[in-house]
Formats: sequence, C-alpha cells, structure tokens
Amino acid sequence: MTQVDLQMPSGGQAVASPHAHGGNSVRRTMLQVQVALVPATLFGFWLYGWPAFFLWAGTILSCIAWEALSLRLAGSARVRPTLLDGSAVLTGWLLAMTLPPWAPWWVALVGGFIAIVIGKQVFGGIGQNVFNPAMVARVALLVSFPVSLTQWVTPMPLSAVAGPDFVDGLRIFLSDLPMPDAISSASLLGHVKTELSRGVDMAAALGGAHAPASSWLGVRPGSLGESSAGLILVGGLFMIGTGLIGWHLPLAMLAGLAIPAAIASSVDPTRYLGAAQHLLSGAAMLGAFFIVTDYVTSPNTRSGQLLFAFCVGLLTWVIRTYGGYPEGMAFAVLLMNAMTPVIDRFFKPRILGRDRRGKALDLPDSERG
Amino acid sequence: MSDKYGEIIKGGLWEQNVVFSQMLALCPAMAVTTSGTNGLGMGLATTAVLTASNILVSLIRKTVSSQVRIPVFVVLIASLVTIVDMAMNAWLHELYKVLGLFIALIVVNCAILGRAESFAAKSGVLASAVDGLAMGFGFTGALTVIGLIREFLGAGTVFANASGLLGPSFAFLEMKLPGYGGALLMILPPGGFAVLGFLLAGKRILDSRSARGAQADSAGCSVASHAGA
Repeated sequence: MTQVDLQMPSGGQAVASPHAHGGNSVRRTMLQVQVALVPATLFGFWLYGWPAFFLWAGTILSCIAWEALSLRLAGSARVRPTLLDGSAVLTGWLLAMTLPPWAPWWVALVGGFIAIVIGKQVFGGIGQNVFNPAMVARVALLVSFPVSLTQWVTPMPLSAVAGPDFVDGLRIFLSDLPMPDAISSASLLGHVKTELSRGVDMAAALGGAHAPASSWLGVRPGSLGESSAGLILVGGLFMIGTGLIGWHLPLAMLAGLAIPAAIASSVDPTRYLGAAQHLLSGAAMLGAFFIVTDYVTSPNTRSGQLLFAFCVGLLTWVIRTYGGYPEGMAFAVLLMNAMTPVIDRFFKPRILGRDRRGKALDLPDSERG
Repeated sequence: MSDKYGEIIKGGLWEQNVVFSQMLALCPAMAVTTSGTNGLGMGLATTAVLTASNILVSLIRKTVSSQVRIPVFVVLIASLVTIVDMAMNAWLHELYKVLGLFIALIVVNCAILGRAESFAAKSGVLASAVDGLAMGFGFTGALTVIGLIREFLGAGTVFANASGLLGPSFAFLEMKLPGYGGALLMILPPGGFAVLGFLLAGKRILDSRSARGAQADSAGCSVASHAGA
C-alpha cells in the first residue's frame, strides 16, 4: 500500500493524525441558530398578527428561490445539498426579523434577491461573502424604499379583536388591502429622533407610551423580530450555552453601544438617550447575538472579534445619535464587515508551535532529544 | 476591404466595447447614467469628440514625432471637447445643465486618448473615422442601456425628458410606469455598479455561448470536410 492510499482511504478522509469529527455541520449549525430565533419570532407573530407570518414565510421562500436560481445559473453540482443546508433559510429569517412586520410581498421578493444574489452568490456562495447578506438586503431596502421600510404598526396581538384575520393578513401582505392609517406608528428610536429635531426635551419625548419597561417584553412598534429584547437574549444565551457562538462578540458589541450612551446621557440627559433604551430598542440585541456573530464576516481571533464588535456598537451609537436614520445597526455592521480583512491582518491567530511574534517556542529539554 | 471595416465596426460595438469589454470610461458611465436620456446625450457628445479626434490624429500621425505625440493629442482633444461643451451649452442647454461638468471631463476620458494612441495614430483616416464612430456608438449604447435600466428600476420612467435632447417629435419615447415609487438605490451610485455588474455577467454568458456555438460549428465543418475527403 502506498503512502497516498494510507492518507486518503476510499472515504476520502484523512486518517494519518488523530482526527475526530465532532459531528458538526453547516446544516446543524444553521438549524441551531434557527432554534434560537424561534421564541422571538413566535412572539413577533403573536404581536403583529398574520401579516407578519406571511412576510416571514415570503422572505424565506424568496431567499430559497433566489439561491436555487443562482446555483442553477452557476452550474453548481450541489444544488440540493446547498439548498438543504439551511443557510438561505437563515438569511431570509434574519432579514425578515429586521423588516417592518406588515411590509408587502415585493419587499420580501426584492430583499431575497439582494441578500442572496448580490450579497452572497455573486461573491461565490456560502462562506465567501464579504458582507452579511441579511444586512446588505436590509440596508438596500431601507435606502431604496424609505417609506415602506419605516411603516411600523402598533402591536395588535392575534387575540385582539381589531387585528386582521388570516385572509386579511394575506391580503395586507399582497398589498391588496391598504394598511389602515390609524394603526401605523413610530418606533422608539424614530420617535425620539423626530421629537428631538422638533426641539422637544428628551424626558418629554420618552413620556407616555415609550416607557423602557415595555422594551424587555417588546410590546411596542418595531420590526418583526426585534421588539422583544428579552426573547432575543434568551436565544442568544442558548447559542452561547451550546457553544455555537462565543461571548466575546455579543458582549463587546453591547459594551460599544452602552458605554458611549451611558457617558453621553449622564452628561446631558436632555439630549442623549440612556444606555438602557439604546440596548433594548431597535436591532441592538438581534445584532449583538445573531448578526455580528456571523462566522463568515467577523474576524477570526478573539481579540480581533472584541475590537470588531466594539466598533460595531460604537458606530451604531454614533449613527443613531448623529446620523440621519434613527437606527444604524445595519450600517455599522456593513462598515465593520468591510474592515474585517484589515482586522484579521493585524490580529492573526498564533501559529502552532510558535509564539505571537512567530518565533519558535522553546521545547522542554526532555523533548529536545 | 469591407471585411476590415466590418471587423472595426463589430469590435467597436460589441467585442471591444469601451465599457463592457475594455472597462474604460467608467467614471462617466457610472456618474451620468441616472437616466436613459442622460446616457444617450453623454454618449453622443463623446462619439462626436471621439470621431473628430480620431480623424485629426490620423491626419497628423506622420507629421508629429512620437516624442511629443501625447501632448499634441491632448491639445487636439481638449479643443474638440471645448467646442462640444460650448455647442451643447448653446443648443442643448437643459441637458447641459444635467451633464454639466462631465462634458468638460470628456477630455480626460481614457477611451478617447486610448483610441487615438492605439488605433488612429497607426491607421488611415477613413478607418480611424469608422473606428471612432463604432467605438462611440458602442459607448453610447452601453451608457443608454445602463441609464435605461437604472431609470426604469429607480424611477419607473423610460427616456424621461427625451424631447429636451432629441426635439419635441421624440416625446413618444417618454414613458412612465404609473403607481411605481421606484427603488431609490438604483439611481444612487451602488445601483450603477450593480447594473454594470449584471450587464457584464450577461455579456460574458452571451460570449461564452457564441464561442461554444462557433466551436461546435467548426468541429462539425471539420468532420464534414474529412468526410468529403
């Protein structure tokens, strides 16, 4: 038997070193992330009714369809396995979480195209994308359709009498039924931005409906899956608990958002939103646990990840506070995605057998022979 | 002889297309193609300059020494651009206001100096004129297509204000999709890059298909000739 045969037996797996397969796969990872998303998503369905469900289903279907089309056009030999690995489903799911819950069907269709075709397949498919596909689609949709992407609805739980039933929900999703004006509303961040620009005091702007206590629970206008910071946190802790993601990225991102917010609001509480409101509103929680933790678009080393995520949080705070848009999570993530190769260049993992500067490690005398 | 001109025309319009094959002049191709009319106007202005500069460069190619040829070409092109710039300001003022600085910037359009250097300085007057026209129309076509796609997706219109460029009789070109708000991103710079990228991909697909077709044809021919022999 030749050496080649020894290293590559018929199964094509290396056996020379003591390798052990952990049983992990792309499919299993994607499935676990989806499990972590379930509580917040179900709560979103309950909160915003049937239109939210149809938007969620439509966005995922659109992502799968665009992925299938791209793979076909690219002449991929692995269309079925790639479709079944769940990465397109997860992209669609995350995108749907950030959309206004009553957005119409074409938002799902165009969003899927931008996420999968422009954000992912153009770069070469899974693992090759520079930018987080869901955030690319989110930003492109927001810039393209500013009106449709900022139409938040007041929560109207499934149990509520005035809420749309199954058929009406489908008609709202298909833009057959116009959205009633009376139930459209502003998100907390948008509301604060408008009030501040009108010269209203922060305390007055925060009064009434937008008490921070409701934020943990999430019964307030917002995106389909972002409203409930508490349930997102549950999903995130589940992922950390199962070892799917490390604590570095989420913690650094939340710190990057909370520290400047706390400093600014302690200096001038009439102009700056407090740390609690920043953390519990908008996409902060979703971003910290589900977006910046994307394996492909975040740095490789722990220290690089800390820097990356802290900068995402900091940029989010800067855009929210000084920018034109009330929410800046997606922009911050994309900007830092572009910086990831640079960060990886400066924070390289240690080479096995060498110290951080690349010098060979001193072996103990007993092993030197 | 006609074969030679056919090659030049085919090269300018498709195979050596300034934007889609040579990837030159991308600055105007991205910046002014927010509508089909703008793309058409910019393309036609560039075509005029390109054709005239090709003819002039070809005429003087034997009198100018190679050491000073680049400055001489630049002076020629700059004079032509100034003429086009003033003419458009006088007769196509509305379009001039939209295209503005980009007309003056035709002078630094690398496609024009590129054609002067790589073709007109080595070829006869007629061939250079044909090359300038073909390259110019290839450029115009590319800009118009990019502009039309961006305009349609971004604003839901087709050839808006075309009557301002081509005269009132061309008002029939102007169309508007009712009830379509438009995807603003397509009008913004990212939309230009995305459209160019998809058009390039489309051209590559067409080219590889026709190459495969030609291969199959030649294979078929050789088999037939062998059979005949």
